[in-house]
This record gives sequence, structure tokens and C-alpha cells, in this order.
Amino acid sequence: MSCQGKVALVTGGGVGIGEATCRSLAAAGAIVVVTDIDEASGSRVAEAINAEGKSAIFMRLDVCDEPQWQAVIAQVIERYGRLQILINNAGIANICGIEDETLAGWRKTNTINSDAVFIGTREAIRVMKETGGSIVNISSIEGIVGDPMLPAYNASKGAVRAFTKSVALYCADKNYGIRVNSVHPGYVTTPLVSGALARLAQIDAEAFAQRVVANIPMGRMAEPAEIAKGIVFLASDDASYMTGSELIMDGGYTAR
Amino acid sequence: MSKELAVFGLEGKVAVVTGAGAGIGEACARLFAKAGAAVVLGDINVEACERIAAELNGQGLQAKAVRLDVTSEDDWAALKQTLVSWKNRWDVLLNNAGIYIGGMLENNTSAQVGKINQINIESVFLGTRAAVDCMKPGACFANGGSIINLSSIAGLIGVPGHSIYGATKGAVRSLTKHSAVEFAKFGYGVRVNSLHPGLIETAMGDQALQDFVDIGVVANVDEAAALLKSAMIPMGRLGNVQDIANAALFLASDASTYVTGIELTVDGGFCAA
Repeated sequence: MSCQGKVALVTGGGVGIGEATCRSLAAAGAIVVVTDIDEASGSRVAEAINAEGKSAIFMRLDVCDEPQWQAVIAQVIERYGRLQILINNAGIANICGIEDETLAGWRKTNTINSDAVFIGTREAIRVMKETGGSIVNISSIEGIVGDPMLPAYNASKGAVRAFTKSVALYCADKNYGIRVNSVHPGYVTTPLVSGALARLAQIDAEAFAQRVVANIPMGRMAEPAEIAKGIVFLASDDASYMTGSELIMDGGYTAR
Repeated sequence: MSKELAVFGLEGKVAVVTGAGAGIGEACARLFAKAGAAVVLGDINVEACERIAAELNGQGLQAKAVRLDVTSEDDWAALKQTLVSWKNRWDVLLNNAGIYIGGMLENNTSAQVGKINQINIESVFLGTRAAVDCMKPGACFANGGSIINLSSIAGLIGVPGHSIYGATKGAVRSLTKHSAVEFAKFGYGVRVNSLHPGLIETAMGDQALQDFVDIGVVANVDEAAALLKSAMIPMGRLGNVQDIANAALFLASDASTYVTGIELTVDGGFCAA
């Protein structure tokens, strides 16, 4: 499972699945560009990777900012001359029934989770088509099945799933040598999940968490490192015949 | 190897591959052995397995050939005894053995359906039962495990000439999900996933190409391959056995500890369109 010498950019790399993915990619030999809107967490991850004798650099990136995407990718090319792996991971979640969801809240979720994946994928393809590469978009099981309390999140992750297939076909048609796949984690012990629960009243949060875990056949949430391994598999040449595919890692949630 | 990378391998594990004498099964057995597993190669063609096992053992890897008719309960029982005496362990089962029978549905016979169902579906049931009977808590090995069932994209979508074959692969997909959920719910520590290759360059792949000729879709196999590559497979090439073996290794290894009941499609983008 090697990504030896490949230059990889991860969005939302400061915490959760993004952090674990940065660490796993570095362990597999990649040069990791850790990006995050939060400088403190992102630099901490890059420093920790470098301290282990592996290679990483932090660059601040607000994934909704189109000019910033262009600047960051230009910096990556200037520094390393190539970008071969992109992990569109940054995202947010808000637990809220449709009757209480605001248009502003809907737009925020869809901008960060979906629009940003469009911008990042487009910008990456513009440079990646020179070398070939692998783009991994982090959707969710909530891009496949519905949850009554996640209308905006469901919509944004479903968009990522279908968008991934479109871009996979486009890159294949153009013979760019770029593979594009989506990853669908179930519930993972990350700040995204704990943060969303923390914004609920305690009694609601407990009920939500209980319902979720009761619906996971494996009976537990995932650790971020478990999801990172699947992302590294798709990023690596071991997945060379995979494009437009979905990799679900959910402890059996969607199989039931 | 770092601990981080070791989880992508199979060091210390015992893997059984059915239909290991050729094609995808052979490639998976070779890769699993290279990844550190002690591999039992099972096939009705035991001579082929013996040749491959000898080659692997010659490379300092661990392999053993057994005669395994996957439709025979007796052969599965004998396999268990082999595992007890060899390494006293069983971690991975790749239910790969299978056959292809094509033809237009109106020309398929009940005898054909009975035969393909037995070899492609009943075998997966027997193998899964044998494995879980060894892997679950309180069983002889009780170390949990990973079962990978070879389905096909023909178990997901419709293709002319593939009705009875595709039906078996749809059954394998479904059997996978039910057993995965059951084993997870009951805390068996046994993961079960299905793998869905597109058209792969193997003897069975050649049969499928020939079938497109036989049912009159194309004039010859070259035209069949060209049509697939140009119009149906976005990546523009048929798959190879290594593509599938790499994905099987991911599902077999501890890199996929939270993965159960899924369909992993490895098809060059075929089903994305």
C-alpha cells in the first residue's frame, strides 16, 4: 500500500478523519500538504508528521474560497512540481429537522460540503492531468441513506456521491489518468460528530447517539484511523482499476 | 514495516482461497502469500494448486494445496481438519470459485440453472458456514475473520447473455449482506463483503466475450473487447487479475476493520455511468 513520493493534499486535515488520513498517507510515503481553515490544528498535524521523520507541510485553506484554492495549489506546484492525490475531506454537520432548518444553515452546509468539493476537484484536475492521480471525495453513509435529522447534510453528501461519478467519467473520457472515487464513512468518533451532538440539548443528544449506535450492526462507532486506511487504499495505485466507485466503511450500517 | 503499514498486510494470518488454480483466485492466493499469510489454495484442479504452492514455498512463502470441490460438504469438513493440523488458525476466506454459463435466457435450461446455482451460490453458503463455524467466539479457532465473496458487476446491473450467471452473483451480493449483518449483530468478529469485478482478462472473461458473439451482439471476440473498451468501460481497458487481488487484500486485511456488508466495485468505472 504505497504512496511513496506522491504529493497529497488533504482538506480539513487538522482533526478527525482528515488528521488520521494525513498521518496514514505520510506513513505510506506521501509528501502531505495538510490544509485546514484552523491554523493551530493543521500546523500541529504537519509538525507531528515531520517529527516522525516523514514529510508534511501546513497551508491554510478555507475550502469555500476559490482564489485561495488557486493560490494553495500554485504554491504546491511551485514547491513540489506536482499534485497526485487530493482528499476532499473538509465538512460540517448540523443535526436539525427540516422544519427548523434555515436557508442560511442549508446553504452553509452545502457550500462547505458540496460546493467546496467542486472547486477543489476542478482546481486539482487542472494540474493533476499532467501526471495522473487520484481524487478521493469524502461523502458519507448519509449520501446513500437518509436520516430524519440531517436534511442538509444528506443533500450535500448525496451531491458529492453523484458529482464523484460525473468527474470520474470525465477524467476517464479525457484519458487524464485521474481516478475519482467517493468514501462513505458511517459514524466516526470525530469532532464533527461530537460537535454536532454538543449543539443539541443533552437529552436529544443522548437519544440521537443511542439511535445511531443501535443501528450499527458492529455496535460501535469507527475510529478515524480505520477510515483513513480505506482512503489511503483508494489514493494508492492498488486501486488502479477503481474509478467512480463508492467505498463504504460503516460497520454494516447501510447493509441492514 | 511500520505498524501503520503492517495493517495492510496479512502477517501471521491464515487464508483460504477457493478456485485458486487459475485466474483471479490464483492472483489472490499469490498476493495473500506475498503479504505474509499462510495460504491454503483450494480447487478441483489440485494439480494447478500444487504447482503454484510449490512455487510460493520455493520463494520462502507459506502455501498449501488441497483438493476442494466447493459444492462438497465433505471437502469443507476435510479443509477444517487441514487447517487444524497446519497452523491451527483461520482468518480469511475468499469464496472465489465459480463458473460462467451464458446464452439467451430463452435458451437456458433448468439443468444449467441448477448447476450454476450450486457452484456459484451454494458453495458460498457452505464456505461461509464452514468459516464462521471455526471463527466465531467459542469455536475451534475463535479469532474472528474476514470473508470475501466474489460477486460481479453482473450482480448489480443487467447485461445481455448474463441472466442466469448474473442471478447467482446477485444472490452472492445478498447473501453477503445478510451474513455480514447477522455476524456483526451477534458479535462474531467476522466481516463479510462482496467484491464486484468488471470484465477481467481471464479464461472466464474470454468465455463472456465469446458469449457476446454467440448471442449475436458482435461478430467476433475482438469486436466484443473493442466495444467494451470504447463504449462501456470508461477507463478504456479490461481489468486484470492484479486489480482484483489488490482490492481483495484490502478487504482481507486489518486495513478494513470497520468494513462489513459492503459491495466493492472494481470495474474501471463501468457502473458509474
